Amino acid sequence: MIRDITLGQYYPGDSWVHRLDARTKIIATLLYLIELFVVNNFYGFIIAAVALFVVIGISKVPLKFIFRGLSAVFLIIAFTFLLNMFMVDGTVLWQWKFLKITQEGLSRAFFMAIRLVLIIIGSSIMTLTTKPVELTDGLEKLLSPFSKIGLPSHEIALMMTIALRFIPTLMEETDKIIKAQQARGADFESGNLFQRAKSLIPILVPLFVSSFRIAQDLALAMEARCYHGGKGRTRMNEIRFDRGDAVAAVMMVLFLAAIIASRFIKL
Amino acid sequence: MSISVRNLRYVYNPGMPGETVALDDVSFDVADGSILGIIGHTGSGKSTLLQHLNGLIAPTSGDVYIDGQCITDGSTKMVDIRRKVGLVFQYPEYQLFEETVQKDIGFGPKNLGLDEAEIDARVRESIRLVGLEYDDVKDRSPFEMSGGMKRRVAIAGVIAMNPKILILDEPTAGLDPSAHRDILAMVKRIHDEMGIILIFVSHNMADIAEMSDKVLVMSGGKVALEGTPAEVFSHGKMLADMGLGVPPAREIVEIINSRVPDFRSEALSIDEAAEDIKRYLEGPRG
Amino acid sequence: MKFIEVRDLTIEYTRIDADGKEVPGKKALDGISLDIEKGSFVAVIGMNGSGKSTLAKCLNGLLVPSAGRVAVEGFDTASEEHIWDIRSRVGMVFQNPDNQLVSSIVEDDVAFGPENLGIEPAEIRRRVDNALRRVGMYEKKDKGAHMLSGGQKQRVAIAGAIAMKPDCIVFDEPTAMLDPKGRASVMEIIKDLNTEGITCILITHFMTEAEQADRVIVLKKGKILCDRTPAELFSDREMIEKAGLEMPPVIALRDKAGLPESLMSAEDIAEYVNKR
Repeated sequence: MIRDITLGQYYPGDSWVHRLDARTKIIATLLYLIELFVVNNFYGFIIAAVALFVVIGISKVPLKFIFRGLSAVFLIIAFTFLLNMFMVDGTVLWQWKFLKITQEGLSRAFFMAIRLVLIIIGSSIMTLTTKPVELTDGLEKLLSPFSKIGLPSHEIALMMTIALRFIPTLMEETDKIIKAQQARGADFESGNLFQRAKSLIPILVPLFVSSFRIAQDLALAMEARCYHGGKGRTRMNEIRFDRGDAVAAVMMVLFLAAIIASRFIKL
Repeated sequence: MSISVRNLRYVYNPGMPGETVALDDVSFDVADGSILGIIGHTGSGKSTLLQHLNGLIAPTSGDVYIDGQCITDGSTKMVDIRRKVGLVFQYPEYQLFEETVQKDIGFGPKNLGLDEAEIDARVRESIRLVGLEYDDVKDRSPFEMSGGMKRRVAIAGVIAMNPKILILDEPTAGLDPSAHRDILAMVKRIHDEMGIILIFVSHNMADIAEMSDKVLVMSGGKVALEGTPAEVFSHGKMLADMGLGVPPAREIVEIINSRVPDFRSEALSIDEAAEDIKRYLEGPRG
Repeated sequence: MKFIEVRDLTIEYTRIDADGKEVPGKKALDGISLDIEKGSFVAVIGMNGSGKSTLAKCLNGLLVPSAGRVAVEGFDTASEEHIWDIRSRVGMVFQNPDNQLVSSIVEDDVAFGPENLGIEPAEIRRRVDNALRRVGMYEKKDKGAHMLSGGQKQRVAIAGAIAMKPDCIVFDEPTAMLDPKGRASVMEIIKDLNTEGITCILITHFMTEAEQADRVIVLKKGKILCDRTPAELFSDREMIEKAGLEMPPVIALRDKAGLPESLMSAEDIAEYVNKR
């Protein structure tokens, strides 16, 4: 079912990872993602994967839960893999007409697929262990220095909160509209590109109308609950750095050093 | 035309941590021309069941037969099922999308590949069946109509497919009492005039008792009770445990039954209950 | 004590005519006057389009009168200055359980209102826990909003209003989209809140719900058709028909069976039948 997609979902818990300041986790995740692009050989990935699984272990989020999120984007991973496998020139291992697999292509395909998997798991660890509100609060705090130069940090954070809240609602709505139009004999699969695009109108129009209705309802509900921007707002859970965050910072530095070192490992 | 459902089972996310059995060994039959009422609380499997009946969901195991033909073995074309089985979702007015009422109702027939003349005839007929005037509404935008009218237009959009089986998921949800009565009367008229099988889901036990030839009670993905309204609503305690209830008239006479020693009524409607009370009061003991 | 005072309230929507000029359109509310007493339980009924929801939105300044005036404890809803005083006193719960929760996690959503009021974190925590206990959703405080049933979402929305410690909550058809179980649980909470002294204003299509209020206001085409106790209203068949409504089942049965008008509940009828 559509509501079971784990990407961007929270897995309630009270582990060390859960308790970290959201800002620590956002920065760590960003660093981790950047480091994945610094990696230039498989040893780097081994270090990155080990580090990731250590974090997952500490977080006590079941592996099954994480892989379920991965299965939702399996198609993208497979596509990346195939694209790289067939597109890279080099020593030919297998050929059929214009399709050929090269040693370099194969190695590159694995490389890219592993990177993608690590990116997805790495970022889902952040969302799985951080409540959406903490995540957006953390983001708001991180961005707040920029509000002096006109960046609406509170509004950005609120938009994210609402987006996370309403993604499942809109997915269910879409599912319902698609089925309702299918029940009236709508066909979304056959025809050329133009016909297919046109067949989306019966979905897009009601979806647009629904989104508008949701937005209107929500705006009223927020106003009724005294929402008037970020000014004077307090938080139930004030986020703050503590010793755990310091430990995390040290771990991140060690990890960064290990990744950079891995670039120089040669076979 | 008839429906047979045999050992239907449907599992969401099989083999995954979120595995849920939505339907479990569901079997029942619906006779030609009859009305089946379905009750059950949110998450009891009602909606999943309805979607199996016109092929929107394929079962994990089990079969659905429409008019003796198995629609779940993969050999039946979806278009043929949709032609026979019309499904009106909850709040169907949220699925309207065309600029005019005429075009919106014509969407279904057009998908069936009918010619212009036939589409036009069907649009006219279905507008009449839902109790609107063709000339009044055909060029109006469905988005500018009142809630009750939008719902009629949306139902007309399914009727225009000329189904032999019409399924409605909570057709009266969110309507005021008079719109509620109107829509219910309309649904009944459509059933009688088209001579079709009608299946409807409702949380209103009075409507279920009044309309249905047979009632199906869903609970936890299973058929918990099945029978005539009189049979099903004689299990008041069991229904209450499932978060459901009996028609209000029955609730009232049950209270009288329990407090007046020789009074006994199994009324399902206000009319029946009033008759029973009158008869008792006028009786020899009165 | 007068808690809310409504005088000659008119809400008029403007529309754009063929020449692109703004002209007065339909009047959603037309000269409504009423008082809401502190601690009372008032039901508002009427057909779709009678102006019920519009009236609800006027009571906490979500809509400002085109003419006339609405005051909550003396604060005029049209004055920008006091709008937060008004909204923190008059909470609101809407019809669609899905579209009124702001946060994905139950307790964070309940905290949204108090956070907007700028309350101390520790106090917010106390209020949130307390509010969730009152609606029986404390055990689900860590759960995702989208995993709840409609009735549960509606209870969370009520907790969100309670956490602001309002004197009054306006319920705008809170049970319209729920199943029987969800409806019963929401009605029970509303009645509990009222016994605890919170003024409750319930907009509904269900006569059995309106029957439970102290007072019923019937609207038709933006005007007050009548304003009475449920007993008075439901003994006036003509009025019910005029408003396009229906009798609650007990009354309908009583009249159909030709029983005396003094009987107001199933228990009354049972007693009457037993005596004969």
